[in-house]
Amino acid sequence: MAEWEPIIGLEVHVELATQTKMFCGCALSFGDPPNTHTCPVCLAHPGALPVVNERAVEYATRIALALGCTINSRSVFHRKNYFYPDLPKAYQISQFDEPLAVGGTFKYWVGDERCSCRINRVHMEEDAAKLVHAGESGRIAGSEYSVVDFNRGGTPLVEIVTEPDIHSPAAARELLTQLRAAVVELGVSQCNMEEGQVRWDANISVRPAGSDQLGVRTELKNMNSFRFLQQALESEIPRQIGVLESGGRIEQETLHFDPVTGTTSPLRSKEEAHDYRYFPEPDLVPLEIDPAWVERLRVDLPELPGERVERLMRQYGLSRYDAFVLGIPGALASFFEAVAAYGVDAKLAANWTMGEYLAWVNTTGLTPGQGYVSAERLAALVRMVVEGTISGSVAKEVFGLMIQEEAEPAEVVRAHGLGQISDEDQLHELVARVLAENPAQVAQYRDGKSQLMGFFVGRVMKVTGGRANPQVVNRLLKQGLEGY
Amino acid sequence: MIGLDPLRLTAVQAKRLLTGGEVSAAELTSVYLDQIGAVEGRVGAYVLVRADDAARYAARIDSEATAVRGALAGLPTAVKDNMVTEGVATTCASRILSNYVPVYTATAVRRLFDEHVVMLGKTNMDEFAMGSSTENSSVHVTHNPWDLATVPGGSSGGSAAAVAAGEALWALGSDTGGSIRQPAALCGIVGMKPTYGVVSRYGLVAFASSLDQIGPLTRSVSDCALLLRHIAGKDPRDATSVELPAGIELPTAERLDGLRVGVPAEYLGAGVDPGVRSCFESALRLIEGLGGTIEETSLPHTEYALPAYYILAPAEASANLARFDGVRYGHRSEKAEDLIEMYERTRGEGFGPEVKRRIMIGTYALSSGYYDAYYGQAQRVRRLVQEDFLAAFSRFDVLVSPTSPTVAFPIGSRTADPLAMYLSDVCTIPVNLAGLPALSLPCGLSDGLPVGFQLIGPTFSENRLLDVAFALEMAIGFDAVPSFRDARIATPRGGSAGSCSSANEGVCDG
Repeated sequence: MAEWEPIIGLEVHVELATQTKMFCGCALSFGDPPNTHTCPVCLAHPGALPVVNERAVEYATRIALALGCTINSRSVFHRKNYFYPDLPKAYQISQFDEPLAVGGTFKYWVGDERCSCRINRVHMEEDAAKLVHAGESGRIAGSEYSVVDFNRGGTPLVEIVTEPDIHSPAAARELLTQLRAAVVELGVSQCNMEEGQVRWDANISVRPAGSDQLGVRTELKNMNSFRFLQQALESEIPRQIGVLESGGRIEQETLHFDPVTGTTSPLRSKEEAHDYRYFPEPDLVPLEIDPAWVERLRVDLPELPGERVERLMRQYGLSRYDAFVLGIPGALASFFEAVAAYGVDAKLAANWTMGEYLAWVNTTGLTPGQGYVSAERLAALVRMVVEGTISGSVAKEVFGLMIQEEAEPAEVVRAHGLGQISDEDQLHELVARVLAENPAQVAQYRDGKSQLMGFFVGRVMKVTGGRANPQVVNRLLKQGLEGY
Repeated sequence: MIGLDPLRLTAVQAKRLLTGGEVSAAELTSVYLDQIGAVEGRVGAYVLVRADDAARYAARIDSEATAVRGALAGLPTAVKDNMVTEGVATTCASRILSNYVPVYTATAVRRLFDEHVVMLGKTNMDEFAMGSSTENSSVHVTHNPWDLATVPGGSSGGSAAAVAAGEALWALGSDTGGSIRQPAALCGIVGMKPTYGVVSRYGLVAFASSLDQIGPLTRSVSDCALLLRHIAGKDPRDATSVELPAGIELPTAERLDGLRVGVPAEYLGAGVDPGVRSCFESALRLIEGLGGTIEETSLPHTEYALPAYYILAPAEASANLARFDGVRYGHRSEKAEDLIEMYERTRGEGFGPEVKRRIMIGTYALSSGYYDAYYGQAQRVRRLVQEDFLAAFSRFDVLVSPTSPTVAFPIGSRTADPLAMYLSDVCTIPVNLAGLPALSLPCGLSDGLPVGFQLIGPTFSENRLLDVAFALEMAIGFDAVPSFRDARIATPRGGSAGSCSSANEGVCDG
């Protein structure tokens, strides 16, 4: 049986977090009462004209630069014509053969593998309004009536089109997850999934491994769940392989994924029988982009999550996994780096940042860097562990108390008497007393029952309230038991 | 105020009378409302007359202190019904917008309101500005006041007829392929299409966005300058609008010494009426008399301009008119059972035949597989037409032609033949394709009907064009007024075929 290679390409739509819509001055909002952010332009009243939102161009350019695209010094808006009640002009202003930017690359991880996906283009367009269909199905067919909320209509969208460089459902999911993180890092979109601020279409085909031909593809449209995407691809790829292996042909069609059954089914062909009749939007002049302005934006780009992960691995010797956990939400990485900058062990700083600290931040809903636990305080705590002032387990207690009492870690240790006893003379005396009080166990130990070591350590810990330095106690116990 | 003749009074004169306190805004407005009362039944220039609102507003202006009055305060104005006016129905003479009341006001109209003009009403037009006779109105036919049996031209025929008939001091129109200049010519008044972008299109119901331009229809060249001055200027709401390099000046030229005038041979082809040609040539001689030089020239791609226009304009229109879908405003069919049927019935019931014809042509021209052969090719022709003009303007200051090959034609005579109707605009369409400014002024009468003389200038040459037109206007001395005769009822026409009568009552032989 032939090996099959899946070929996946994505078209990702990102809603930009500008103050106002793409072509008018209406505020962007989510959750406001329907049709409260509308005007003659976004309702397509007669005579109204679009004006390009310059901030949206800036945001789109930032995305394109982050993807390593070439920004076209001249790009053109086109009208994409079709009738639907959520599209008030009956055309969407989009870009067609002269997009904002072309030709980039996005690097992402699938497990420990660093993958690369070419970007075909990045262009700008406007979102449609929101349709709500009355009736159980929530779809237009069979609904009694439908209502339109134009608040979303005209929201600036960036469309990122990849080349078909993705070869597994997991890779598609990872690419999208990491692309989303990159866009969030750029500060140009919240990329809120529930609000549909990121949506995508996926094109899928399969071909015999080693072939350089592309097979007939199907399209999954308008998805906004990473999980459903992976499930849909995991269902669609075997389906295509099954069709081909039984001698059938793949129909080029648009598919709908049903999360309940976990399978894909074709949409009615009528829904996609569109001739969009693209032509240049005469109400807008071509977008002329100043290369000097592009260079200023390029210089101002933040470090992207992927680059940061690589740097954390290189600079701090972290594992890919640790670097990933720290590096994808940028604020956590910054915090980690601030802790490490106090000169404490990077691995320990990473563990503490990803462990106690991240749990606390998640519980409280704070952004890393906010709240009582500053990098300096966490560094001080970690340093006490490194220097043996407190044990790791006591340090966790100190962490909690530090927040509870809003006190410096050293202060907590002092006030609660949590400092570790490392003084050999003091411990020597305690060890001698424990051995003297338990002659039977001493005898058993000396007869070979070496697991009793734990019992003696426990006794010493009990009398010190857990503050005895375990390494020193161990050494002194061994000396006392095994004699010399 | 006794003796104010709405058939002769110019806006410049009216403004002077108002400023001098010799007439009040209310009195002036009543002159026009009275004239509307007297002749509108025969002319049908308006789709909506706002008699009470206009009178009330004029009275309010009179009660205001002089210092706070706008520069055009009290001047009775008509507005073509494709410019949206907040709270005042705007229909584009289409059934599909018969119940539409705009929620905002077009920038050009807003600028006039800011100067306190009195809006008398909204004028009739070809539906969505598609036509050259105003016969494509879903409301009623407008009659040319020079001969009520003939058309006023179009699509701004209502505005032209209103000014010619003394039913408005002046008016706004829109020009996509000649829709200001051709009706101005056929109605014996001045009409100007400015350089593309000089007047904001915000609030002008779009026909063909890359060609549409708002402009003045007036009784004199000075009025034209005055009105243009107040509507021109970049508008942040229209991305294609531009600022004129210099503000519009009231014209003063008396001589045209050294003016290089080109006459494109292609504009004087076989379709030009002898009477029109003779009036046009008389005007050329007047230009020479004023010191200008006349030379024949060529715009070689002219013959392709009309076909290119009838691809590009319908293509844009097919998208521009797609928003009239019955979902948010305007007519919605009551008979539909589902969405697709609602679209089909709404648009089937709402649009007239010419609009449907152009939507079909435009949709076809943009269709997959045909785009390059039609739309792409038409865009290439458009560039060639532009280059023709550029080349000509390296040798000439202005180009001149008859505005329309014929005088006003009888109502109904071309409605059965769309191609014949399209040819009405053969001299005006290339100017829109090139985005240039052009002006039509009356240069005489042929068979008792006005003939228009078109001046075309390079981009942003508005002041120059107005100056040339002003000098020529003085030299021509066109002073005839419409007779409101009705050739269907009889009365022989004055003059004979091929002659041109010009000044006062005189008849100048060819």
